[in-house]
Amino acid sequence: MIGNWLDIGPVDQITPGNARTLPVMGGEEIAIFRTLGGEFHALVNKCPHKHGPLSQGIVHGGVVTCPLHNWNISLKTGEALGEDKGCVPVIPLKVDAGRIFLLRSAVMGQMAA
Amino acid sequence: MELQGGGGPELDLAEDLTLAADDRREHLVVVGNGMAGCRAVEELLARDGARYRVTIFGAEPHVNYNRIMLSPVLAGEKAFDDIIINDRAWYADNGIDLIVDDPVMAIDRAAKIVTSKAGRVVGYDRLLIATGSDPFIIPVPGKDLPGVISFRDMKDVDAMLAAAEAGKADGGGHAVVIGGGLLGLEAAHGLTLRGMKVTVIHLMPTLMERQLDEAAGWLLKTALEGRGQTILTGADTAEIYGEGKVEGVRLKDGRDIPASLVVMAVGIRPSVALAREAGLDVGRGIKVDDHMVTSDPHVLAVGECVEHDGNVYGLVAPLWDMCRSLADGLTDRHSGYRGSVTSTKLKVAGLDVFSAGDFSGGDGCEDIVLRDAARGVYKRVVVKEGRIIGAVLYGDTGDGGWYFDLLKREEDVSDIRDFLIFGQSYASGGGQADPKAAVAALSDDAEICGCNGVSKGQVVASIQGGACTLDALRAGCKASASCGSCTGLVETLLAITLGDEYSGERATRTMCKCTSFGHDDVRREIVAQGMKSIPEVMHRLHWSTPDGCASCRPALNYYLLCSWPGEYQDDQRSRFVNERLHANIQKDGTYSVVPRMWGGLTNPRELRAIADVVEKYDAPMVKVTGGQRLDIFGIKKEDLPAVWADLNAAGMVSGHAYGKSLRTVKTCVGSEWCRFGTQDSTGLGVKAERMSWGSWMPHKFKIAVSGCPRNCAEATIKDFGIVCVDSGYELHVGGNGGIHVRVTDLLCKVATEREALDYCGAFIQLYREEARYLERTAPWIDRVGVDYVKQRVVEDQVGREALLRRFLYSQSFSQDDPWAERVAGAHAELHQHIAEVRPMEIA
Ligand code: SRM
Ligand SMILES: Cc1cc2nc3c(=O)[nH]c(=O)nc-3n(C[C@H](O)[C@H](O)[C@H](O)COP(=O)(O)OP(=O)(O)OC[C@H]3O[C@@H](n4cnc5c(N)ncnc54)[C@H](O)[C@@H]3O)c2cc1C
Ligand code: SF4
Ligand code: FES
Repeated sequence: MIGNWLDIGPVDQITPGNARTLPVMGGEEIAIFRTLGGEFHALVNKCPHKHGPLSQGIVHGGVVTCPLHNWNISLKTGEALGEDKGCVPVIPLKVDAGRIFLLRSAVMGQMAA
Repeated sequence: MELQGGGGPELDLAEDLTLAADDRREHLVVVGNGMAGCRAVEELLARDGARYRVTIFGAEPHVNYNRIMLSPVLAGEKAFDDIIINDRAWYADNGIDLIVDDPVMAIDRAAKIVTSKAGRVVGYDRLLIATGSDPFIIPVPGKDLPGVISFRDMKDVDAMLAAAEAGKADGGGHAVVIGGGLLGLEAAHGLTLRGMKVTVIHLMPTLMERQLDEAAGWLLKTALEGRGQTILTGADTAEIYGEGKVEGVRLKDGRDIPASLVVMAVGIRPSVALAREAGLDVGRGIKVDDHMVTSDPHVLAVGECVEHDGNVYGLVAPLWDMCRSLADGLTDRHSGYRGSVTSTKLKVAGLDVFSAGDFSGGDGCEDIVLRDAARGVYKRVVVKEGRIIGAVLYGDTGDGGWYFDLLKREEDVSDIRDFLIFGQSYASGGGQADPKAAVAALSDDAEICGCNGVSKGQVVASIQGGACTLDALRAGCKASASCGSCTGLVETLLAITLGDEYSGERATRTMCKCTSFGHDDVRREIVAQGMKSIPEVMHRLHWSTPDGCASCRPALNYYLLCSWPGEYQDDQRSRFVNERLHANIQKDGTYSVVPRMWGGLTNPRELRAIADVVEKYDAPMVKVTGGQRLDIFGIKKEDLPAVWADLNAAGMVSGHAYGKSLRTVKTCVGSEWCRFGTQDSTGLGVKAERMSWGSWMPHKFKIAVSGCPRNCAEATIKDFGIVCVDSGYELHVGGNGGIHVRVTDLLCKVATEREALDYCGAFIQLYREEARYLERTAPWIDRVGVDYVKQRVVEDQVGREALLRRFLYSQSFSQDDPWAERVAGAHAELHQHIAEVRPMEIA
């Protein structure tokens, strides 16, 4: 049986303050972040502004600054902070026994219908 | 029934079983004589002492002791007897059958019996599994060598004490602790006190990263190093080696640390093997409901071995809650366990570290930070929607309990928000008071600025004497000019003294919202206080956020890099994407690649390599830039290292078209070919580029060399422009062709190429050392005046030579091609995807 969670490998693949990408064939690429505080988050790798790759931004607190025009995006809710308006889908993520798991249905939901 | 396995003493099984015969009470059998198992029995006895007959199996040869106190036992602060919770008499008085040194090996749920290693077979009506956790052992070669242990029970402590004792013979002995979490650091502390030389190997960049943020982790690391421990963060163990016993640890980066003892403290896993074999529902832990009942109504479980509502715990506080609910359930009161919020304290004498709740920050969360560098204190409270959701305290943990209590009770703290960080006594006393009134009430000789010993009276006198801004005060009486922690007080004094006249506006803008300091203050303090890392600066200068923001991190990274060449370790995470990936990000998320073409010169080999790359990677466009070189567009981040490898093979290096660094040196053809050329402008341009490429600067920096005043290389709109004339070289500075076009100022005229290059290097270094991050030479010179630059670079010969020396010294560390480093495998994770999802896998 295939579980609800997709195992994408050990946590130490992402060092704190960095992000890695997960391309989904036929769907939206996902960015997986690890904050300096050690939290993990996953978002669709597309800024709500003009689709900048959020995985390439600077991570500070629970926020990533988009590399294209410096919007600040919340890693928890995917929402643009401050004056800017917009939201990017959050992919539910859990860490279990040192491995990162993404909610399978949410990953699939990012595939073109 | 036959004897299964063995190991225990010879048994009279018949005797064991007859005991049960005349006791009609329900039989509760507990597997695990540890903290949770025994506590559960205590809670049960307190409710209804007579209801159950109780038998406890323990794998360890001891009565129940306080596991968390193993650390003080190791450190020599306590003896084993001091940490016993229940002695033999307690078991006897309560009629509990205790079987030690004999683990339960199997559960037969159908027959409701358990079988022990020594062969005891005991029937139960209710079974309680409290097997705790197993230390996690990282699967490296050598993990099974004698001398490699974990830190979980008394036998581990005995092994550590024996190793320390043996080490005394040869002058101390070396121990390696793998894992810089709570357990690992307590082990390291104990071993250090026992005379061993200890190295802690931690995979993550921050110690105790699950409990501490970067700032507190840095303070802790510094303190431990001060106590003689070697702390290696970001270190990954490759193998443990030795002939017949452990001799050392080898890291993946090749480092080798000799050791006669290796303690693995990388984490724990719920001990679930027994439950799983018995067919109980097991996730990460044994699954239980709110009454600690497993998937079998006759079997309960409690402690670290369970999973409740998706959570597993590794601390004692949740066990107490669980045991209460369990005992309630067993005595038909059914209160129900609802999960626990935990807090952590490190048990290392003299180091106060506390953390609780969620301090990852983010949305709607507000960080209140207090840093007192002089006292080594860092406090951070995270507030969301008026309630405390997390706290990290270092150095002064006195208020940890209070914050934790407010957190657990989800108390609304809006009213005391402004005083919260100063602690309970302050907040409850001053909660209603007006901060201005409090400052106004201070006596004239009350100290305002501790660093510079400035009293309130002195500050007020300075203000009345005309210092009407914070910066004027900092320059004059020096209040708030050092650590900055009194900035708020000083500003309040300005407001009180000047009344409506004080606009509250600062003459200098602060670096960003994370600090009350301006760029110049930060730079000055980095050098004055010898600060060498980002967390250190943030701590000493009282940053108001835990890890800065996208504005201050890159600036601090640059200031540190510039101040400590060769010493400071660049922080990739603090770099804007282009500098992190050494290529320019494009609007579609691909990258452009610009190899360096020295002075705008190229040759067939380079052109061929570029042409090949364009074809091989199907680059949609290649273009001649305004900087006299070629730009290849549309390269994916994964392909960058391969593209660079091909370009490197043809002798080309990074053009830094992406960096706050030297960009291009534009040249014209000059005296070699041009009928008007006065000097070899091309050759001089190449030399200037060879000298200055690779240097990091406050902003991008462009050079041009024109062969005559016709100025075909547009040298008079460059940061440093050279215009060749018959009698020598005119040097120009501060030009900009960008948003606001600015023509250069003439710096001076020199006679030789050598001088032109030397002045160029000195000018760059002055700019590197004194301009603010993201300030190009044009606005910088507008701010400081060209006369100042002339005085430093032209008139002061000694000063100029020193600037040049510092520039060349720093260049000796920065002229390694960043592309070649990536091709060789550095930071591969920045380029590669973590994994890939294909439809088949998710279908
Ligand atoms: C590629 C190039 C245009 C071209 O196709 O010719 C270019 C492309 C960009 N320029 Fe430029 N500039 C290029 C020559 C110039 C020049 C001409 C020159 O250097 O002689 C100027 C005016 C001269 C000057 O800098 O004073 C120039 C003034 C700017 C500015 C305005 C700077 C200013 O101080 O006002 C920016 C914006 C900035 O840096 O913040 C900018 C920013 C940019 C950025 C980096 C925009 C960005 O942040 O993403 C563009 C990146 C494109 C890319 O991905 O490669 N570019 N840019 C030129 C690359 C030169 C090279 O070989 O490295
Ligand atoms: C050195 C150290 C320091 C710590 N410091 C702290 C601290 O400061 N604060 C804090 O909150 N927590 C701390 N902890 C964690 C704390 O000790 C645990 O959370 C707690 O002990 C868990 O209780 P438990 O009963 O679930 O497991 P344990 O206390 O481990 O008890 C489980 C018992 O079951 C036995 N057992 C296992 N399998 C079987 C079997 N098949 N048959 C019979 N017996 C079996 C084990 O031998 C063990 O004795 C520390 C732990 C250690 C090791
Ligand atoms: S002029 Fe504007 S659009 Fe053209 S490359 Fe420069 S920044 Fe981009
Ligand atoms: S695309 Fe992210 S800020 Fe513009």
